[in-house]
Amino acid sequence: MSRPVSADTINAMSAIAVTGLEKFYGDLAAVGGIDLTVAEGEVLALVGPNGAGKSTTVEILEGHRRRTRGSVEVLGFDPETGGRSFRERIGIVLQQTALEPELEVAEILATYAAIYPKSLPVDEVVEIVGLQEKRRARVKTLSGGQQRRLELALGIIGDPDMIFLDEPTTGFDPSARRQAWSLIDNLRQLGKTILLTTHYMDEAQNLADRVAVIAGGVIVAEGTPAAIGGRAEGEARIRFRVGGGVTGEDLPPVARAGLDESDGQVTLETSTPTEALSEITSWALERGLELEGLTVERPTLEDIYLRLTGGGGDG
Amino acid sequence: MGRDFRLVLQQIKYQNRIFWRTPVGAFFTLVFPLMFLLLFTAIFGNDEIEELGVTTAQFYAPALAVFGAASATYTNLGITTAIARDLGILKKVRGTPLPPWIYVVGRVGSAVWLALLAGGLMMSVGVIFFNVEIIGRTFLAALISFLLGAGAFAALGLMLAALVPSGDAAPAVANATLLPIAFISDVFIVNANPPAWIEFVGNLFPLKHFVAAFGDAFNPGLTGSGFSWSAGPGEYAIGAHLAVIAVWGVGGAILALRFFTWEPRGGENSRRGRSRVSGN
Repeated sequence: MSRPVSADTINAMSAIAVTGLEKFYGDLAAVGGIDLTVAEGEVLALVGPNGAGKSTTVEILEGHRRRTRGSVEVLGFDPETGGRSFRERIGIVLQQTALEPELEVAEILATYAAIYPKSLPVDEVVEIVGLQEKRRARVKTLSGGQQRRLELALGIIGDPDMIFLDEPTTGFDPSARRQAWSLIDNLRQLGKTILLTTHYMDEAQNLADRVAVIAGGVIVAEGTPAAIGGRAEGEARIRFRVGGGVTGEDLPPVARAGLDESDGQVTLETSTPTEALSEITSWALERGLELEGLTVERPTLEDIYLRLTGGGGDG
Repeated sequence: MGRDFRLVLQQIKYQNRIFWRTPVGAFFTLVFPLMFLLLFTAIFGNDEIEELGVTTAQFYAPALAVFGAASATYTNLGITTAIARDLGILKKVRGTPLPPWIYVVGRVGSAVWLALLAGGLMMSVGVIFFNVEIIGRTFLAALISFLLGAGAFAALGLMLAALVPSGDAAPAVANATLLPIAFISDVFIVNANPPAWIEFVGNLFPLKHFVAAFGDAFNPGLTGSGFSWSAGPGEYAIGAHLAVIAVWGVGGAILALRFFTWEPRGGENSRRGRSRVSGN
């Protein structure tokens, strides 16, 4: 999913360029110095716990909030002063569903389409979000998921170059989430730059070219979903079970320390899993043993996220 | 410019459509004042009211037309704007290229249009069923008074939306302010000689002046076209009334501009709260 781009071209074709962004509420720093670059056509997932500065950052990029310090450029505009011509080129899908309950899907879309100089045809957008059968339905008769899809439709009706998606699938059931993901993937195929915020690491993993983890108002890690936080080079965990009567001395040296003699479970963490596995499997083959429950795991994105954001609970 | 003008018209139509599909607002603006006209003519008959020298309907039809206009602008515009803000609709609009002034003009234009409709309906029912007389000489002054009054009350409606803490509170605040003032503003009760303090307080608020500037145009006993500053004995004059209305309208607009927000009230907190529940 990642498209490596050299540093020079990032500057030349970046959709978002943020340096030293700070936002204070009184003495409280909601955003404490953020640098962020998003290339054109890239999908960036901004993840972080509530209150980490995620929403504030996105709202500054959207032009909904003023910054205290720093420089911000989105599509070459300063969002604070970009005004109408800036907003003609972005699409915002807020987390809160905000629709007039008595109006029909196509009525709302047509009215929003007229606001933009180069809008997409209503029928085309209705089809993209899969609401063909609901064209003439009133908003109040739509399900929650359908209303979210209408919000997404309003976000793309102006054919924007840059789309902001604020927690696009919060509250969705698993099948609705899959649908939304394929929708967002379609937008990527169209070459849109997308900045999305999410709580779900599988969402970031599936959709994003790059993930930025924000905590305490600063970006604590940034990278592709596969490599972020040292995920690609980090320790892998190898697990397997050996039969009763096998003692530490019988095992190959690399695995000795990992044996739990009470149940024969071996767990070891290594930064050179290929070498370790080779030793272990050769050892097993020589003895004609089958290693029960053999697995090799990389830390998941969720593991990395929890480590970076200081662990667990409150999230 | 041509494009912006089309957008204004489109926004007015959009708001009108919402109005027609929301029965509560349509009822209170269009039907409710008519019910009072039917009620008053049924209770008092449609003979001449001695104190005023005009028939029941000749007095009440214009007074209730003004009340309908106040419902369409102050009450309805104020409530729907506050609710749209709390739903996040205003914030969403702010994130589109639609210039904010076009959105506001769309809302105000729709409210004034509906006020005209409510007033026109009331006067038509009066003419057709209750022999209400329209006086050609005063028609222009009446129309100008009506439009200016509706515009001023629309500004006050936006002020209401800007000042109420939430959309839920808006209907209560709107009614608790408009109804008592209506009772001392010659909308429901005719009393040629009210206690002095009632007269004084009534004169402070714009509704009584709105009722007088529009309603006096339908009093055949008065002379003049209405275009003078202050009324001499037996004369129709809108100048002083419109001045009071305009002061209120401008004051309302200033407060609306000062306190209006596009974000849901307490939005940051309530949104964080919500996402905390659903997010993890």
